[in-house]
This record gives sequence, C-alpha cells and structure tokens, in this order.
Amino acid sequence: MLKLYDSELSSRLLLGTARYPSPAVLAEAVRRSGTEIVTVSLRRETSGGKSGGVFFELIRQLGVHILPNTAGCHSASEAVLTAKMAREVFGTNWIKLEVIGHHDSLQPDVFELVEAARILTGEGFSVFPYTTDDLIVGERLLAAGCRVLMPWCAPIGSAAGPRNPSALVAMRAAFPDIPLIVDAGLGRPSHAAVVMELGYDAVLLNTAVASAGDPPAMGEAFAKAIDAGRLAYLAGMLEPRDMAVPSTPVIGKAVFS
Amino acid sequence: MNIIVNGERQVVHASTLADLLSALEYEGDWLATAINGDLVHREDRADARLEDGDRIEILSPMQGG
Repeated sequence: MLKLYDSELSSRLLLGTARYPSPAVLAEAVRRSGTEIVTVSLRRETSGGKSGGVFFELIRQLGVHILPNTAGCHSASEAVLTAKMAREVFGTNWIKLEVIGHHDSLQPDVFELVEAARILTGEGFSVFPYTTDDLIVGERLLAAGCRVLMPWCAPIGSAAGPRNPSALVAMRAAFPDIPLIVDAGLGRPSHAAVVMELGYDAVLLNTAVASAGDPPAMGEAFAKAIDAGRLAYLAGMLEPRDMAVPSTPVIGKAVFS
Repeated sequence: MNIIVNGERQVVHASTLADLLSALEYEGDWLATAINGDLVHREDRADARLEDGDRIEILSPMQGG
C-alpha cells in the first residue's frame, strides 16, 4: 500500500483532469486507470457562470481523493492564497504546490516553493510539492514540513520521459523513507515503468493520458506499466553487464568434435 | 463604488461581499472568495464590507494537472 499523509492507497497513479476530449472520457479514464487521486485547479468564475459547479459535481461523483493544485502561481504569496481558496472549495488539506519560475520550461521556483511550503504546513496543509530533482531543495522541503516530494523528470507536458535518471536514483537513495512521486514529463507507459523500477512510489500524469488517442485505454496502459515497474523493483533486477553470460548451463554439454 | 472583480473594473451598488455575489448572480457552494489578497470564508461574506478600489477574486473549480 502507498501511504500519503493520512491516506493509504492501492493505486500508484495520480491523474490530472485537464485536456480530456469530454467529461465522459475523463470519467472513463479515471475508472480504467484505477487512480484514487485526481488533481484539480481553481480559476476565475465568470459572472453567473455555472461551469465550475458542473465540473465539481463530476469530480465528486468519481469518488476519489481530490488533490487541488496551485498551477499558474509565480510567487509564494500567490500560491498560499490559492491553496487557502482551494481548501475552502474542496474541503481538503491536501495541496499540490506549484510555484512556477520559468515561463518556457515551467520549472519550479524552488525558493518561493520552499517558502510557500513552510507557510502552508504551518497552517495545517498536507503539501505535495512539485519540485526539481535537486537534493538540497528536497531537504529544505522536508524541513519545511512536507512528507511527500514530487520531482519532475522532464518539463510539464513534454512527454520526454526521464531526462536525468541518475538524479532520480540519487533522490531515491537520499530520501529512502519519503514517498517520491514523479510529477511531470512522462509520455509513455514505458517511461512510468522506468521510474517505478528506480524505486519511485508513484507517478502523476495528465497530458500523456488526456491527449492520447484513446485516453481511457492509455490510463489502463499506464496503470499496468506502473504495476509492472513496481513489481520489478521489489523483485530485484539484474545490473547491466558489458559481456555476455550464457543462460544455458555448459556443464554436461556434449562434445562433438 | 468602483471595485475590481476578477481583474475587471466594475461599478457596483453592494456594501458587502455577499451583496456583490448576489448582484452579479454568483451562486453555489463551490465558490471561493478573496478581498485584496485575503481569503474570505463563505460564512464571513455577509460581514465583509466593500470599499472603493477593493480587488475581489471569485474562483471556482476547474480541470487541472
């Protein structure tokens, strides 16, 4: 079981709710992926508009945990206010903390991130920080009260897959008891399998599923890859070798010449 | 009075945040509100008095990653 703050979960896939062709496809993708956590956001509601209410009702009916995000925030103060407003709406202390520092890469501003995490944990939030694979930032986030870390493996929506697996390995080794979730940059189920084989606890996906030709099928494909990667990690994998090692025993082999 | 609602300047006749939501036909338990960068809880909107130049944010759920 995966334990994230006060919740135990069977699924190791967290799924975003944006960019699906329709609400029905989103709901089906949630079902087939088996996810137990979906991410949501907050935006300005137009006067008299009801779109937020319709979406909220759909999410409530899915019967899964809701993880609101602070997407689009560029400062600690902006992220803190957004988190508080999200708690007001969604009734959860969970917050996926995003503080963006760079427009093109959507790289987190880790300085503002740590500051926002410190404030929010002090106000009772369970913070899921979207961060880089920097070990020192990870330490600072834990010191700020975070009990989960969510490093990127490539820029959001890039579908590039793990660009620096060595850094992910180092992070796993540095924080053996902290749930680590790869958030952002995965494009294919094989990418998810790779990070799970490295010992990561879960992955967070959105675009890779939502923008697939068949999002529900892709959700299921990712779920299977995540399970396979996790099982392989637990089973213990061979280290790569430079030279061949015969798999068939040579003892007792007939000699014909 | 002149206030800014979700980034747009508006002239309104509302003395409280609750009055403003009603006048602009916002309704529903899914809204979150803030005045000048401070959260205003649902139960406090009727007591939250507006002043000229206030910046109001009215947010609601939407899809996110």
